[in-house]
Amino acid sequence: MADLSVNVAGVQFKNPVIPASGCFGYGREYERFYPLSRLGGISVKGTTRFERMGNEGPRVAETPSGMLNSVGLQNGGVEKFLSYELPNLKTKGTRIIANIAGSTVEESGELASMLNGSGVDMIELNISCPNVKQGGAAFGTDCTVAGQVTKAVRDATDIPLMVKLSPNVTSITDIAKSVEANGADAVSLINTLLGMRIDIKTRRPVLKNNVGGLSGPAVFPVAVRMVWQVANAVKIPVVGMGGIASAEDAVEMMMAGASAVQVGAAIFADPFAPVKIIDGLEKWCDENGVERLSDIVGTVQPW
Amino acid sequence: MYTQGKYPIIAKKAIAKGMFDLTVLCPDVASEAVPGQFVQIAAEGFFLRRPISICDIDKDNGTLRLVFEVRGKGTEKLSELNVGQNIDMIAPLGKGFKVLSGKKAICVGGGIGTPPMLSISKLYGKNATAISGFRTAALAILQDDFKAAGVTPILCTDDGTAGVKGFVTDALKAEIEKEKPDIIYACGPMVMLKGVAAIAEQNGIECQVSLEQRMACGVGACLVCVCRTVRDGKEIFSHVCKDGPVFDSKEVAFGG
Repeated sequence: MADLSVNVAGVQFKNPVIPASGCFGYGREYERFYPLSRLGGISVKGTTRFERMGNEGPRVAETPSGMLNSVGLQNGGVEKFLSYELPNLKTKGTRIIANIAGSTVEESGELASMLNGSGVDMIELNISCPNVKQGGAAFGTDCTVAGQVTKAVRDATDIPLMVKLSPNVTSITDIAKSVEANGADAVSLINTLLGMRIDIKTRRPVLKNNVGGLSGPAVFPVAVRMVWQVANAVKIPVVGMGGIASAEDAVEMMMAGASAVQVGAAIFADPFAPVKIIDGLEKWCDENGVERLSDIVGTVQPW
Repeated sequence: MYTQGKYPIIAKKAIAKGMFDLTVLCPDVASEAVPGQFVQIAAEGFFLRRPISICDIDKDNGTLRLVFEVRGKGTEKLSELNVGQNIDMIAPLGKGFKVLSGKKAICVGGGIGTPPMLSISKLYGKNATAISGFRTAALAILQDDFKAAGVTPILCTDDGTAGVKGFVTDALKAEIEKEKPDIIYACGPMVMLKGVAAIAEQNGIECQVSLEQRMACGVGACLVCVCRTVRDGKEIFSHVCKDGPVFDSKEVAFGG
């Protein structure tokens, strides 16, 4: 049986499959389908300093091979995460990645310091949410600001720090290099691509927020390209996500340079997607004589 | 636990224009399901599942009855499924209706909001009245099913082509005047639900409404299917799939 374990910035994962932030809550719902211990880790719902209501509905629109969402970081705030969600998650036998989103540079640092000593395995700093007015993508689309917010979090904590990047930029490699230079231990990408749908009967956008983030298999080739480019531009590990729906997709993403993968929208179509991908990776390794899955990371041979 | 699986369709009927009635053999789901819950069905070639309310539950035969309307290309695809084919379903989902045993209920359904009224009204039998409203006679469904369950059906159409001409809210007021029920159940367009909730409140009757919203996960993780509700005097966004689809009408902020 192949070794599926991977190491990302010093954090050991039993397998490389991690449900992506915003697609898995805090695990409570999907625990009613399978034990969370099957998963490499969980990237929890984006957590802010204070409770957030999120955006007006409708917040979802279907697209060819994917969907748009405009949730707007609805969450109970970091204190509820620490007192209610984290104690439960810590009993589940999987790695916990705390996804945090500050509305200012200072607040991002404050959020990170509040996680010190909490027992989370990793921080995923969200500088790429397209659905909020403050912070979010405003941080992730400017090299200087992306560096500043990364540094503020780095200075506030020694917890391994992964920065989640936006694809809605001219050069994602420049952003990646900036967060690397400012102390990021890893990067994860891609967050959703900004999109829009219009109901032609009402001439109104389907989403009440007018625009939203595109995810699902539709974005997979974009994600593979960006992961490949970033993996070639930085020395820190890359966690790949964007449209992964099968074990073959995960293999492809890892060959592009991802040390681990996150699975998001595919879970909505099939709640069992993460565990099917894990089982499929094991089978793929066995069929292809791969003893250690991490050996395939970045092995694509470009023309 | 939630169940996801492929279940055989054992009966299919076209019951009105664009309305389909599927019976699905799924003993594990049927044994768990309660009136007011829903299922998430995969439509081949479409990324997201379609939430469909449970119309009827037959625990003895291990079946669910799902009545849906073709609204777009996804539900059109579902309407092409035939007897013998499997349906990919996550079920049962959401919170069902509160049941007051041995009491009197009025169940109000508007259009495609009518199907969930069948399973809940059946629990009350002769102690239930089912008021259903449709735009026109060709869209009227389930009236014989209510009768067969001993429920008193009252059919309303907007154009008067069948039953009483007028809105379900008018019929509801008339029924309450005849005999006040202990509880009102309602499912249908928001404007109808708002009217039903107001009538219930004026008459001091408990009222449960079933809401609809565009969904993705169906289990409460993705947070897209929001509705405005009131908790501790403050408006918040609740989620139809997990906090609902059934809410006490006093919790719902109908707005304007």
